[in-house]
Amino acid sequence: MNALVVRAAHKAFGQVKALDGADLAVPGGTLTAVLGPSGCGKTTLLRCVAGFERLDAGEIALGDRPVSGPRAHVPAHRRGVAVVPQDGALFPHLDVAGNVGYGLDAAARRAGRIDEVLELVGLAGYGSRLPHQLSGGQQQRVAVARALAPRPRLVLLDEPFSALDAGLRAEVRADVRAALHADGATAVLVTHDQGEALSMADQVVVMHRGRVRQQGTPLQVYRTPADPWVAAFVGDAVLLTATADGGGARTPLGALDLHQPCTGTTTVLVRPEQIRVLPPGDAAAAVPATVRRHLFHGHDAVLDLTLDDGTPVTARLLDDPREFSPGTRVALTVSGPAHALPAGAE
Amino acid sequence: MPTYVAAFGWVSIVDGFHGFWPTALVLTFCSYPYVYLPAAAALISVDPATEEVSQSLGRGAWRTFTGVTLRQIRPAVVAGGLLVALYVLSDFGAVALLRVNTFTRAVFTSFDLGFDRTGALVQATALVAVTLVILGAELAVRRHDTRYAKVGAGARRPPHILRLGPWRAPALLAMAAVAAGSFAVPAAALVHWTAEGVSRPGSLAEIATAAGNSMGVSALGAALTMLLALPIGLLAARAPGPLAAVLDRLTYLTHALPGLVVGLSLVFFGINVAYPLYQTQWLLALAYATLFLPLAVGAVAAAAAQSPPSLEEAARSLGRGPWTVLRTVTLPLTLPGIGAGAALVFLTCMKELPATLLLRPTGMDTLATELWTHTSVAAYAAASPYAALLVLLSAAPVLVLARRALTPGGRP
Repeated sequence: MNALVVRAAHKAFGQVKALDGADLAVPGGTLTAVLGPSGCGKTTLLRCVAGFERLDAGEIALGDRPVSGPRAHVPAHRRGVAVVPQDGALFPHLDVAGNVGYGLDAAARRAGRIDEVLELVGLAGYGSRLPHQLSGGQQQRVAVARALAPRPRLVLLDEPFSALDAGLRAEVRADVRAALHADGATAVLVTHDQGEALSMADQVVVMHRGRVRQQGTPLQVYRTPADPWVAAFVGDAVLLTATADGGGARTPLGALDLHQPCTGTTTVLVRPEQIRVLPPGDAAAAVPATVRRHLFHGHDAVLDLTLDDGTPVTARLLDDPREFSPGTRVALTVSGPAHALPAGAE
Repeated sequence: MPTYVAAFGWVSIVDGFHGFWPTALVLTFCSYPYVYLPAAAALISVDPATEEVSQSLGRGAWRTFTGVTLRQIRPAVVAGGLLVALYVLSDFGAVALLRVNTFTRAVFTSFDLGFDRTGALVQATALVAVTLVILGAELAVRRHDTRYAKVGAGARRPPHILRLGPWRAPALLAMAAVAAGSFAVPAAALVHWTAEGVSRPGSLAEIATAAGNSMGVSALGAALTMLLALPIGLLAARAPGPLAAVLDRLTYLTHALPGLVVGLSLVFFGINVAYPLYQTQWLLALAYATLFLPLAVGAVAAAAAQSPPSLEEAARSLGRGPWTVLRTVTLPLTLPGIGAGAALVFLTCMKELPATLLLRPTGMDTLATELWTHTSVAAYAAASPYAALLVLLSAAPVLVLARRALTPGGRP
């Protein structure tokens, strides 16, 4: 059962088409990440689902109940969709318990729901603090608890971690994900951070220019992106022109297996971590290349290379003590299958 | 402290305190905060790192001060200076009491004593023209100011404090002189005269009547001002756009006009257009609203910023209807600010002199007009209780602001 279905959603602000026929479905009890660059319409999508904006055309349904459509617009407070805004938007005049209990009726408050959700986000005992006494991470946890408290049909998180510093972000992300799962909530997370979407979500929806380009599991979106744009957006991509003959393809990096069979001239995707860098002439099947740049990041290193036919290639090295100066000759092989991308897209 | 109260303080204890230089002294003591406060704020916001960089590049302390520090605070000082020019240009109380013929006093004399309406009109128009020139200069300087915003991110270290050494005593003395001139002299005059003034027969009843009149008409003025300010302030805070910007500028324009000019134009308006309003408190309230609208608009816009739309959206997404959201989120966050704005406008109306003199219904005396009437006939003892009350009123908002600023853990 899908908790949220969006069909052919259109929304324009003046000349700018924020949503241009967006479709998506969110299964109940899952966390779906809507991933896209800034300005792709993902925040507009979220605001339309919450009921803060009206659609120009298309439909939104929560479960089997239409909430936005050609005839109906259910106001935000009757939707049962709780939002966690980017800055938390805690009510500054209420303490933590007052914030978390804001959407609850008296019975639910007496039943201890406030303490329950505060416990879920790891802030048990913070009920009497005021928002300005909390750190940024704690404020976001309270905002999540406040959204979870009335057991909404859907929780919408609008880039809730982007204001936190990097070390804190990973911790708060993990805790929020655990809290959402523990409460059985259905959630949609809007983000422009690929790592956040891939690591947190059960399902990733990639948006670009007001449309959904791909919807799938994080693994599917990363390994088998729908088009070259998605391939390049969700991670580093090596795109190669290839001639496919069913299960395999001839590429500048040699003959590669394909995830899905394909024939004819096409573009194939190889991820940088699939490329092995060997000393020149080490293996018969290896393709010679020249090092252009070696960027050491600590946990890994990235090598920018050029094949002898001029094709640029990027390789990611893990646990590799070798140093490469520009101009070094090496040989490359590819491990694992490549992914053939549909031709014709950008 | 209103200038006419300060002028009363000086003239009542210094014999023959009349003419150009005494007036300049009083107006300087009354208006130096317009330069002092922005200059102090600008000095605090100067990044000490820029001074350190200058010294590390071989500039000594003095050349660093003139080349780096002074340059950074210059826009604030210039803008403050122009603000003082506007303030002095529009001042009526001090120049009238100390008998210096400026535009405002000339306009008032032509109109009130000579019934020379055309002459008053011509002089007032010239005054408005000069005001607009200064206002334009001030806007230009302020636009320029943005160029000096701190470049780059990162927290600033607090400035380091220098030891003055032998200069300590002269510096303290200079500051003490400013404090004495702006506060101690008028205060001494008040203490000297008030006891005598209150003991006159019948004076308490007179004071009570004037205070009642002041409060009544000021309350009316504050209510009308807030009524006009609410839509403009909300528009400016929630839907900033060309319309809101134009409205906002317009309110500042009328605020910069001398109170005497606004009062005079409303006299003409009352006589020629809205005769039923002429000689009523409503016309006076309208003058207050015209003069003090920016104070109220600023308060409303600041209050609305206390409750950003994202809070209301979060509340609605938690299942609360529009009225509940208004009652439980928006109003609790905005009312204190709007109330403070209304109180500020109320107190400012109490102190207003020139428009009140021109527009008050015949026979209605307020604290400000009583002080003015008594002082202009050198009845200092009779004037002093009104001056004391007005000083208390002026001090009230400062005290409230200071206490709020000093309360630890309070919301900004």
